[in-house]
Amino acid sequence: MAPYPGARVKEVRLRVGALASVVEDSLQFCYGIATEGTPLEGSKLVVNAVPVVMRCESCSADVEIASLQSFRCPRCNAPVSNLLQGRELEIESIEIEEAEETVKK
Amino acid sequence: MTTRIVELRQGILKKNDELARELRGRFVGAGVLVLNLVSSPGTGKTAFLERTLRDLRAGGSRVAALVGDLETDNDARRLAASGAPVRQINTHGICHLEAEMVSKHLEGWRLAELDYLFIENVGNLVCPSSYDLGERIRVALLSVTEGEDKPLKYPTLFNSADAAVITKMDIAEAVGFDRETALRNIQEIRPGIRVFETSAKTGTGMAEWLEYLSEQRAGKSAS
Repeated sequence: MAPYPGARVKEVRLRVGALASVVEDSLQFCYGIATEGTPLEGSKLVVNAVPVVMRCESCSADVEIASLQSFRCPRCNAPVSNLLQGRELEIESIEIEEAEETVKK
Repeated sequence: MTTRIVELRQGILKKNDELARELRGRFVGAGVLVLNLVSSPGTGKTAFLERTLRDLRAGGSRVAALVGDLETDNDARRLAASGAPVRQINTHGICHLEAEMVSKHLEGWRLAELDYLFIENVGNLVCPSSYDLGERIRVALLSVTEGEDKPLKYPTLFNSADAAVITKMDIAEAVGFDRETALRNIQEIRPGIRVFETSAKTGTGMAEWLEYLSEQRAGKSAS
């Protein structure tokens, strides 16, 4: 938070893939405890779920896999193994509230 | 008060991913094929690896292993009986290995003098799937006693694997292992994956496994 003195973090937005092994409830439960006494204390954690997208070679299309129980193309039922998206675990952005006097120009 | 949104787009496991990439570069440069073995506790990773190390050494290959556990060096001692250099990584409570632990435990080893390096992960079917160790092949192991639906229960791990090994095939019949269902479930989660049906005790399936290792090693030096 050094570049933003006096600022308060309002919100932290994550992108979490369906294959990232992250359970939102557990994460939310720990977040409050883990952020106590840090510049993140009191901030809201927003978890944006990222679905699994795979390349279907038979359809020549990128398809969304709705269930993790079967990695097959929802259109043609062909097995798909080329993962394009779904393992993400990243901080997308944070929203901060700056104190008026520290805002430059 | 003004609010502003700071775009970060930063991977939470970025540090591990970067270190893993660095390790992968070192492994490729040294010409050593690195495998990361993952499974539940009790699947028989250590017995399978003992047998693999012994058979590879008997065939003249230069092998080494790192083995992860929360505590004890029992597995390292078991594996070292094969004559291969082995180091134990004690995670002291952490349920998976991370790239940094691997990097630290490689100190002093001359990777260029190895053909194969095996990393036996901590027994766990969840977290190891998120931590890249710089390996080229991730092997998911499943024993015949665990239930044929394990791949369906832990899709994140099986979907990230490059090869699957079924262990304890020698007792498959006694425990009523449904082979067809197990194979079908593995393919549902990771279509096209190579599956080896093995027994470390009797040696079943080891020839195919060793052939696969040798193919993979050859393929790598060609690329």
